[in-house]
Amino acid sequence: MNIDDIAESFEMLDDWEARYALLLDLGKKLEPLPDEAHTDINKVRGCMSQVWMDHQLNDGALHFRGDSDAHIVRGLIALLFAMVQDRKPQEILALDIPGTFAQLGLENHISMNRRNGFYAMTERIKGMAQAAAEG
Amino acid sequence: MSLDLAALRAQFPILAETVHGRRLAYLDNAATTQKPVAVLDRMDRYYRHENANVHRAVHLLAERATTAYEGARDRIARFVGADRQEIVFTRGTTEAINLVARSYLQPRLQPGDEVLLTGMEHHSNIVPWQLAGAKTVAAPVRDDGSLDLDAWRAMLNPRTRLVAVVQVSNALGTVNPVAEMIDIAHQHGVPVLVDGAQTLAHLKLDLHALDADFFTTSAHKAFGPTGFGFLYAKRAHLEAMPPWHGGGDMIETVAFDGSTWNEIPYKFEAGTPDMAGAIGFAAALDWIEGIGLDALIAHETELTAYTAAQLAALPGLRVIGTAPGKVGVFSMVMDGAHPHDLGTLLSESGVAVRTGHHCTMPLWQRFGVPATARASLAVYNGQDDVDQLVAGLKTAMRLLG
Repeated sequence: MNIDDIAESFEMLDDWEARYALLLDLGKKLEPLPDEAHTDINKVRGCMSQVWMDHQLNDGALHFRGDSDAHIVRGLIALLFAMVQDRKPQEILALDIPGTFAQLGLENHISMNRRNGFYAMTERIKGMAQAAAEG
Repeated sequence: MSLDLAALRAQFPILAETVHGRRLAYLDNAATTQKPVAVLDRMDRYYRHENANVHRAVHLLAERATTAYEGARDRIARFVGADRQEIVFTRGTTEAINLVARSYLQPRLQPGDEVLLTGMEHHSNIVPWQLAGAKTVAAPVRDDGSLDLDAWRAMLNPRTRLVAVVQVSNALGTVNPVAEMIDIAHQHGVPVLVDGAQTLAHLKLDLHALDADFFTTSAHKAFGPTGFGFLYAKRAHLEAMPPWHGGGDMIETVAFDGSTWNEIPYKFEAGTPDMAGAIGFAAALDWIEGIGLDALIAHETELTAYTAAQLAALPGLRVIGTAPGKVGVFSMVMDGAHPHDLGTLLSESGVAVRTGHHCTMPLWQRFGVPATARASLAVYNGQDDVDQLVAGLKTAMRLLG
């Protein structure tokens, strides 16, 4: 699902349980991050739970993988990846990720601590894109 | 004697808040309790009618402020069974322990000297001793969350410079046998600090009868304001301890070739103190006494048993800490769910619990979990709060399952 489809799905759901069910479901479908990629270097600081991310450059596009020990965070990673997956570094750098996230209407449900973690993940992705763009 | 729970709750305006459109079930009391109108009004009255800097002024407001502030010290001392000179005001438990670490322990510390702790101590009762240069050793916690007292006793040795122990565990609810421990430690000539951060909202306390050398607590965990607490220490200890912070109020005379110190407890209270905090705390203790500790304890004991039974009936949920006589703290771990998932989903159900390590990392290492979701009770909680928690847990299980 791309981010527009996801946004449409969230819009149609009016109770929080259904929204969380969708978020958790997205998390369950994340491409697995291999055990050996759960390293300190791949760890994203600033999250309440543990988060790891890595990336590969395929034909000029960035492919991300990620994982967390918390299911809701896996869902957030899936949301984030829906915005940036397999896109060119320059495109990713031009994205307004927090703005798109705000449009999902999830912010009331995500605590401030969680949101900080979400922005830490966003920063990490932008950092990877920046490095790839300069690389 | 039973409580009129509706009338009691009506005294806490914040409990009428709704969260995510739902009734609030506030079950994060081990982190901080809510404040009754009696405390809010008293602090408001202080700022409206009595505020001035305390001590050393002859104008009327300063007299009112000083009377209220020093009256609070009398009130606090009476509540905990101590003399007023033995009550040093601090910003809370953490600062009180740091004061003892720097002013009492550090000057008498030899290399290799130990502070004997338990495996359930809060970081505030571990790190200050390490910063002071002591070696920290901890007695083991049993599977049910109780202290292994025999193992603890066996760890007392000639290098033990101090025993420091939490009276009520913030993470497990375990109530440690501090009277017995003080007795044993004193037989070995070792002084004892009791971390009483959670004590005042749940237990009766008589410090002179207990014979603790040091006792520390925080007002905000017993219906009082944040940023205030005290250190109790036996008079002889306080007399012997050098000042810690320098500044106004803690001096007798100041000259460029040397200064002399005020009497106890003032020599440990540099700078303008938290007047409103002291006065608000005294009002909180009045409020507790108004309910009556017997009624409070009876209510909490009943609700703790009810909560334990309700949580035990949930498959896939484990409560860490089942020691006999524990207070209402429930550290929960759910199969296949991170505590943050649980806390987030419970919040959607209107339930406030804390998630994380609760500042007791070594304890969770011992139980093999990184964190828990913790529900903790106070006197204003009832079965409806617990039922809301259980319903929220069931919803969370359904979503996460």
